[in-house]
Amino acid sequence: MTRAVPTWIVVLLAASLAAQAAWRGALGPPHLAAEELPPAPSAQALRLAAFGEAEAASRLSMLYLQAFDLQALDYPRLATWLRTLLALDPRGQYPLFAAARIYAEHPDPARSRLMLELIHEQFLLDPDRRWPWLAHAALLAKHRLKDLALARRYAAAIDRQVRAEVPLWARQMEIFILEDMGELEAARIMLGGLLASGRITDPAELAFLKQRLQELEKR
Amino acid sequence: MPAATLARTVLLEARRGALPWLALAALAAGVSAAAFLSQVALTEGAALQLAVLAALLRACAVFLIAAQVTASTLREIHDKGLELMLSLALSRTTHYLGRLAGYAGCGVALALVFSAALLFWVPPLPAVLWGLSLAFEVALVAAAALFFAMTLPNLVAAIGATAGLYLLARAMPAIQAIAGAPLDAETWAGWLARHAFGAIAFVLPRVDAATRTEWLVYEVPAPGAYAAALAGLALYLVLLTAAGLFDFHRRSV
Repeated sequence: MTRAVPTWIVVLLAASLAAQAAWRGALGPPHLAAEELPPAPSAQALRLAAFGEAEAASRLSMLYLQAFDLQALDYPRLATWLRTLLALDPRGQYPLFAAARIYAEHPDPARSRLMLELIHEQFLLDPDRRWPWLAHAALLAKHRLKDLALARRYAAAIDRQVRAEVPLWARQMEIFILEDMGELEAARIMLGGLLASGRITDPAELAFLKQRLQELEKR
Repeated sequence: MPAATLARTVLLEARRGALPWLALAALAAGVSAAAFLSQVALTEGAALQLAVLAALLRACAVFLIAAQVTASTLREIHDKGLELMLSLALSRTTHYLGRLAGYAGCGVALALVFSAALLFWVPPLPAVLWGLSLAFEVALVAAAALFFAMTLPNLVAAIGATAGLYLLARAMPAIQAIAGAPLDAETWAGWLARHAFGAIAFVLPRVDAATRTEWLVYEVPAPGAYAAALAGLALYLVLLTAAGLFDFHRRSV
């Protein structure tokens, strides 16, 4: 059987609850975006903090990074964070997705280049899994930064470093960039080499590339 | 069979208590948290959901079993129920093993429910492998909690010791990796600390190698690595059981 509670206790409970809500309301929500990104911890320190749950820690840390204001982000510090998260969960794609699709698309070319170099550096550690992000980096270098030499370097890295099956467009990227650079002789040699290598087995792709080579030879 | 009767009693007590409701609450909280986080993820939403849910469910399973075992055992000790049970014509070994089997059964039930929930995200094979590993891991935690509840005089100390052992075991590989990368000029204190951690690691289970989230997010483990992880847990379960039996036989109740 329940007993009646003294009125003053009920009033105290209601008042303290109202005061707590008012206090939190006055403080407002936390504005992480306005804060400075702290230095990145080491991958081992993050692993320790997460008690070994590397996959969850890496993805939750990416959500944490996302909360910061893009315009005010300290990019060298951000790059260190992304390196740490990739070291924590090397098979995770989120850090490279964010680097290629968000951080590298910053209007400031210096910041964009920093992210593109990070993508290239991380691609070299695991080319077969990370080539799509370097392909995107090559496109950004070509179309956004208008730096064809940089785009060619990334495209060449995909062609030379990746051992896994990649779509033809990724392997041909360097040839088309060479065309854009006016390096027609080099493009002809590379396309001829690609056709001679026997790596192209699809008849439609083979016909398309042969036609492309003929067009190049006419130019 | 007296041990089976004791195990059934423990399972009945858990079923009639708050454990099933707490397990359901953990499941609901995990699914809600994972669903919310996946809404703010720009990519790998399913992987994020799965990684967070698996980590939360694993932690909840371990905490729930540790709390259930210590609370139940200490209540029985304080209510003199243990003394009453020991007055029956049962050997102490039967008594201890029956009780442990019941708690391990609770852990297996939790692992079954939690891994079944993961079937919404992953194919059956990874869920089964993860669930079986969780069952072994939770059984090990049950053995540790029973050992500490029988040895230590109060609830906070017993739960604290169980949690301490488990968390230290989970963190030990990262601690060793940090300690194994000393500064250029290593001091004798650093050298001592590194070897001290190495020595501590020898008496801890490799819980970090079991119930790995990567089995769900990426690919199932190699059979050899999986068997080794489970064998390591089983070995430590035997060690904790032997230590518990040793202490229980010496106990002057």
